[in-house]
Amino acid sequence: MRKIAIYGKGGIGKSTTTQNTVAGLAEMGRKVMVVGCDPKADSTRLLLGGLSQNTVLDTLRAEGEDVELDDIRKIGFAGTICVESGGPEPGVGCAGRGIITSINLLEQLGAYAESESLDYVFYDVLGDVVCGGFAMPIREGKAQEIYIVVSGEMMAMYAANNICKGIVKFAEAGGVRLGGIICNSRNVDNEQEMIEAFAKKLGTQMIHFVPRENMVQRAEINRKTVISFDPAHAQADEYRTLAKKVEDNTMHVIPKPMHTDELEKLLIEYGLAG
Amino acid sequence: MSSICEEKLNLEEETEGVDPEVLKKELLEKYPTKVARKRAKQIVVNKLASCSEGLEIGANVRTTPGIITQRGCTYAGCKGVILGPTRDIVNITHGPIGCGFYSWLTRRNQTRPPTENDENFMTYCFSTDMQDKDIVFGGEKKLKAAIQEAYDLFKPKAISIFSTCPVGLIGDDVHAVAREMREALGINVFGFSCEGYKGVSQSAGHHIANNGIFTHVVGLDDSVKEGKYKINLLGEYNIGGDAFEIDRVLEKCGITVVSTFSGNSTYDQFANAHTADLNTVMCHRSINYVAEMMEEKFGIPWIKINFIGAEATAKSLRKIAHYFQDQELSDRVEAVIAEEMPEILKVREEVRPRCQGKTAMLFVGGSRAHHYQELFKEMGMKTISAGYEFAHRDDYEGRKVLPTIKVDADSRNIEELEVTPDPERFRPRKSPEELERLAQEGFEFKDYEGMMRDMDNQALVIDDISQYETEKLLEIYKPSIFCAGIKEKYVVQKQGIPLKQLHSYDYGGPYAGFKGAVNFYQEIDRMVNSKVWNSLKAPWQKSPELSAKYACD
Repeated sequence: MRKIAIYGKGGIGKSTTTQNTVAGLAEMGRKVMVVGCDPKADSTRLLLGGLSQNTVLDTLRAEGEDVELDDIRKIGFAGTICVESGGPEPGVGCAGRGIITSINLLEQLGAYAESESLDYVFYDVLGDVVCGGFAMPIREGKAQEIYIVVSGEMMAMYAANNICKGIVKFAEAGGVRLGGIICNSRNVDNEQEMIEAFAKKLGTQMIHFVPRENMVQRAEINRKTVISFDPAHAQADEYRTLAKKVEDNTMHVIPKPMHTDELEKLLIEYGLAG
Repeated sequence: MSSICEEKLNLEEETEGVDPEVLKKELLEKYPTKVARKRAKQIVVNKLASCSEGLEIGANVRTTPGIITQRGCTYAGCKGVILGPTRDIVNITHGPIGCGFYSWLTRRNQTRPPTENDENFMTYCFSTDMQDKDIVFGGEKKLKAAIQEAYDLFKPKAISIFSTCPVGLIGDDVHAVAREMREALGINVFGFSCEGYKGVSQSAGHHIANNGIFTHVVGLDDSVKEGKYKINLLGEYNIGGDAFEIDRVLEKCGITVVSTFSGNSTYDQFANAHTADLNTVMCHRSINYVAEMMEEKFGIPWIKINFIGAEATAKSLRKIAHYFQDQELSDRVEAVIAEEMPEILKVREEVRPRCQGKTAMLFVGGSRAHHYQELFKEMGMKTISAGYEFAHRDDYEGRKVLPTIKVDADSRNIEELEVTPDPERFRPRKSPEELERLAQEGFEFKDYEGMMRDMDNQALVIDDISQYETEKLLEIYKPSIFCAGIKEKYVVQKQGIPLKQLHSYDYGGPYAGFKGAVNFYQEIDRMVNSKVWNSLKAPWQKSPELSAKYACD
C-alpha cells in the first residue's frame, strides 16, 4: 500500500487534482482510499457525486466511541473508498487536532488493515502546513510520499517551498519523501519551464504539467471527475497520464527548500518580474 | 566602609566555614556555559544593606528547560492562589479535568462561613472536563452549559471562569461567554485568560487575577461597613487559619477588616473593599497590583505589613495605629501587645535553648521565604540561605529598584491596566498636611524593602532554586531545617533533614499573629530536635558487613 499526501497552497486545485488522479488509478484497477483532511469536507465530492458524506468527527461526536468503519466510509467512482475527516465550523475549536483524532480513529478501526487490500491511500490536506495537526499525515509515516500542487504564480511556489521545509523536518524522523511537483497550470508565462526549474532546485521533478482546461470546471459543476464526466476528452487523458506517472514513480527524495532570495531570483530569471 | 563590607565572618560559625562564593561556583559547575551564566545572576551572595550598592539578583525570568524547578503555572497562580480562597464564588476551570482536580483547594486555605446555611463552594471542584471533541469543535457551548448548571444548582452571587492551556490554543472566548451568561442569569460572571503557559511562573497568574477582580468586582458596592479604623488585608490567604488569628488580633485592637484578599473572603467583601481607609499588604508579590490600582482609583494608600513573627506582628499593629493618628487606637494596640506577649515569651524561652544556633533554609513563594525568617530569628535560629520561587527583583532588593527593572517580553504579555481616579469614589484618605506630618515622623507608605536587606552578610540568596542546587546545598550546609513545599518535602527528608511546608503548613498552623508564633516555635522545636532523623539509615547502611554461615555443610 502506498500512502500519498497532496499538499499545496489553498485554492490551487489539490482536491480536484487528487480526485481526478484517483479516478485514473481506479480506472487502472487500483483500490484507492481517499481521506479528506479539510474541515469543509469537500475532498471527495467529485468521486461521490456530491457532498453526502458523514464526516469522521461528526460521527464520533454523535455516536461516542461506538463508531464503525462503515459509518464513515462511502464507496465512490470505480470502487474508490471515500472518507472525510471533517472539523469545526470556521473560527472555532482546532481543526488540526481534529485531523489527528480522525486519522487515529481510522487506524484503530482498521481502515488501513491488510484485509482491506488497499493499493493507495490519498490524504488531501487543507492549505499550508500551518500547525501540528495539518502535518499529521506526514508524521510518523502516515504518508510516505508527498506531491505538491503548484502553479507558476509566486505565492503558490512560495507555499510549495514552505511545505518542503515541513517535509524536511519529518523526513528524518518519519521517513516521508517528496515524490514530485504537480503543475496545475494557470497559464502563466514560461510556466512549464519555470516549474521544471523550480522542481530541479528543490531536488525533485515536475511529475506532470496539467494544462488549464474548462472541461475540469464543467465536470466539477456536475459533481464528477473528468474521467467519469467525459472519458474521451483530452483532459481525461492528462489525468490518466498523471496517474500512470505516479504509479511508476520511483523518485522519492528529501527536498532542499530554497531561501526566499533564491526563490525570487528564480522568478525573475523566468520573466515573472518583467 | 570597606572593613565592614569585607567582613566574611557573619555566618562562619553556622556554616562551618563554607565560603558561599566557592559554593556558588560549585553549584554552577554542572551547568552548560549558557545556563551557568543565567543561573549565576540568580545566585547571589548577600551583603549588608550598607554595602549592597550594585548588588542585583536575576528574578522573574524563564526557567531553563530541563531544570527541575519548584515553580507552578499561570493558571495555578490565578485560580489556586488569589481567587481560590473565596468561598461564595463558583470557580469553574475551563479545561481538561486534571487542571481543576489538582487545584482543588481541599485543605490548604481555610474558610469559615458565619452559619452552616451560608454558602461555601470551596469544598467543591468545578470543571468543564473538556474532551477531545471539545478541543476540535470548540468548548464554548460546554462552558455555557457548565455555568448554567452551576447556577441552577447553587444560585451563587458570582461565577468565574479560569482558562487552561488548550482554551487559549483553540481560541475559546471565555470573556464573551461570561458577558452572555451575566446577562442571561443576572449575576456577576467573569472570566480570566490565565492559560498556564502565559508567564514564566505563577506570578503572571497573580497579576491576571488582580486585574480581573479589580475590573469586575471591586467598587460595585458602596455600602459602608461600621468601624472607626477600617483596613483591607491584602495578600493573606488564610493558610492553616492564619487569617483567623490575624482577624482575632485586629478585632481585639478595634481595627475593622473590610476585606481580605483573599483568605476567608467573600464576594461582597471584594465589592466594597474600596470603602476601607488603608490597604495593608502582606504578600507584596501576589497582590501589590490591587493595592496600587486601589490607590489610583479610590485614593486608598497602602503600607507593607507582616504578621508572621510576634515582633513583626507588634510592629505592624503599631504601624497601622500610627497611620490612623489616634491615641485611643495606639493605647489599645499597646495594651493588646502587652497582653499577648508574656505567653509568647514564655514559650520562646522554653524552646530557645534547644533551637539556638540551628540553621534554616527557606525556598518558597514570593514573600514567605522572607517573612518566616522573622520567626526563626525569634527562636535564635539563623537563615543561611533563602530564595523565592516566583518573586521579582523588588521582592528581593526592595521597591527602590522598580524603575530599573527591565520589562521583558514575558511581562509585557500580561496586561497592565490603565487606572484613573474614580470621579465619584476617589477620596484622598489623608490631607497633604497629614501626609507631611507622617513623613516627618518617619512613616513610610509603599515601603517594601525586600528580603535581602533583612538577611545576613554572606547568606546565599537563590532565585528559582533547582532540585540539583537544593540537594547540593543540603549536602554542603546540612541545615537543621528546610522550608519549601510538598514537591521538595520527601527528597529533602530522605537526606535526614526535616522539611516544613510553608505552602500548606503540613496541615498545621496557624503561624501568623501571636498565637501563630507560639505554634510555630513549638512545631519547629519538635522538628529540629527530633531524634528520628538519626534513624533514617538502616543499620546495614551505616556499617555494611556481611557474615553468614551455610545452614548445613
